[in-house]
Amino acid sequence: MQQQLKLDELASRCGEWLRGTGPESDIVISSRIRLARNLGDFPFIRRCSQDDRHAIERTARNRMEKLDQWSTVHYLNVSQLSEVDRQFLVERQLISRELADAEGSRAVAIDPNEQFSVMINEEDHLRLQVMHSGLALENAWQQISELDDMLEGAITYAVHPQYGYLTACPTNVGTGLRVSVMLHLPALVITRQIEKVFRSLQKISVTVRGLYGEGSQFTGDFYQVSNQITLGRTEQELIQQVSEVVPLLIDYERRARRFLIDQNEQDLHDDVSRALGILCTAKKISSEETMHYLSKVRMGVNLGLIESVPMKKINELFIQTQPAHLQKLHGRLLASSDRNVQRACFLQSHLAGGRDTPPGLN
Amino acid sequence: MKCQYCEKPATFHITELVGPDGPSVTHLCEEHARKYLSSESPTPLAAVASALAKQLKLGQTKEELAELDRKACPVCGITFYEFRNAGRLGCPFDYTHFRKDLEPLLANIHDSVEHIGKRPKRAAHAAGVQGRAIQLRREMEEAVEHEDYERASVLRDQLRALESGDDAGAQPQAEQPGQGDC
Ligand SMILES: [Zn+2]
Ligand SMILES: [Zn+2]
Repeated sequence: MQQQLKLDELASRCGEWLRGTGPESDIVISSRIRLARNLGDFPFIRRCSQDDRHAIERTARNRMEKLDQWSTVHYLNVSQLSEVDRQFLVERQLISRELADAEGSRAVAIDPNEQFSVMINEEDHLRLQVMHSGLALENAWQQISELDDMLEGAITYAVHPQYGYLTACPTNVGTGLRVSVMLHLPALVITRQIEKVFRSLQKISVTVRGLYGEGSQFTGDFYQVSNQITLGRTEQELIQQVSEVVPLLIDYERRARRFLIDQNEQDLHDDVSRALGILCTAKKISSEETMHYLSKVRMGVNLGLIESVPMKKINELFIQTQPAHLQKLHGRLLASSDRNVQRACFLQSHLAGGRDTPPGLN
Repeated sequence: MKCQYCEKPATFHITELVGPDGPSVTHLCEEHARKYLSSESPTPLAAVASALAKQLKLGQTKEELAELDRKACPVCGITFYEFRNAGRLGCPFDYTHFRKDLEPLLANIHDSVEHIGKRPKRAAHAAGVQGRAIQLRREMEEAVEHEDYERASVLRDQLRALESGDDAGAQPQAEQPGQGDC
C-alpha cells in the first residue's frame, strides 16, 4: 500500500534534524518553529462535524498538490495508520501526540528531509512545523514563513484585525508562533545546577521544561526552551526572546562540563565509558535505561572522551530505540519484554566496535 | 504515588522548571501525562484557568459568572461554560462574540491585546461574513441529513454568494430555527 511505502522509506533513514552538525550542536539538539493556522469559514476542530473535517483536509491537500515544491512530499492519512505507525511518527517528532490519538479525518504532509511537516486537523486546522539541527532559529523562521505564504494561496485564514491569526486556544492567538529549542544538559544535571540556572531565568518570558519518565522520548537530560506568549510581539521579537536565553544555557553547560573534567577527569572518563560498555553488552535494556546511558555517552563523545562513536549515530539511537521504531525496524509487534531484548541487540549491533555494518547477532 | 488527576499510579514525573512559584514536579499516570505533554505550550488549560480565576477575583459576582457561562456563540453554539472547561474555543467568531469577556483573558495570558506581527497577504472576509458561512454550511448539512434537498440547495447558493463576496455585510443570525444546541 502506498502509505506503507512512504513510512518504510522514512524508517530506513533518519531526519535532517538528527545530523548533529548545526551550530552549537554539541548541546543544542534541534531548533523548531511551528505556526498555528485556521481556515476562516470553518468552526475550530472542537465544533467540526465529520463533513467539516473532510472538507478542511481536502482543501489543504488540494492546495498542497498545486505547489511544485511539494511533488516529493509524503502525504499521510493519519486516520488510516496503525497505532504503531502513528507512534512512529510521534517518536520522530513529525506529528504530535494529540494528532496521533485524535479521531476522524486528519493528515500530515512531510518533506523527504523531514525538515518541515504540516499537520491537518490537529488542535488547529493547520499546524506548520520546521525543524533544524543545532541552533538555527533564523533559518527556521525564514523557511516556515515562506511555507506559510505558499500554503496561504487560495486559503482564507481566520484572522481578526486586532487579534491577528485566530486559534482554538487563546494561548496561541496573534502570531500562532511557538519557538522551541531542545538542549542536552547532562553536566548541569550531574552538578545539580540545573534548577538554580533555570530559577535565574525566571524573569525572562520563556518556558523551560525538563521531562523524564518511561515512554517519554524527552528523557535523557533533554530540556526544551520555548516562548510563553504569542500576542503583542512580532515573530522576530518572540524568536529573539528564546535566542537570548539559549547561549546562556550553553555557556552554563560548558562551564559545568569543564568543572567535571577539572575536578576529576578520570572519574568522568570512567563513568561515560561504563555507560557505553553497558549499552554495548546488555542483553535486555529498557527505554529509560537506554536514554540514561546514551545521555552519558553523548557527553563523552562531545568531550572527546569517547572516539569510537560518531555523534550522528548517538542522536539517531535516541530515536531508533523508541518502542515504535524498534517494532518497525523489526517488522512486527513486540511485547515490552521482547522489546527490551530487541533493543539490546540493536544497540549492540550499532555500537560495538564502531563498525559501519552491524556484526551478526548471536 | 498516585496521579494528580486520577487514582492510577503516577509513572511520569514532569518537572516544570520555570513557573510562577519556581520549579515544581507534576506526577501523572501515562494517560494524563500524554495529554499533558501533547500540549506544546505548557498546559494551555491551566493558563486559561488561572487567567479566568484572576478575572473572577477582579469583581465579577457569582451571578455575573453564571450568566456569562450560559452565553452561547450564535455560529458554533459553544457556551462560555464549555470554553472555560475545555480551554478551547468553538469557532473564529467566538473572538468577536465573547470579545468583552475574552479580552481581559488575553491581557492576562499575553500581557497584550494587540497583534503586531505578520498578517496574511489575502485580506480576510469580515468576521461576520465568515461566521455566517460557518452557520450556512452547518444548516446545509442538517438539511441534507433531513433529506430536505430543496432547502439544502437554497443554502448552498447563499453560501456561494457569500464566498464570492456578493454579501459583504452578512452577519451571523442570532436565532436559527430548528438548530439544535448540542
Ligand atoms: Zn491520571
Ligand atoms: Zn463560535
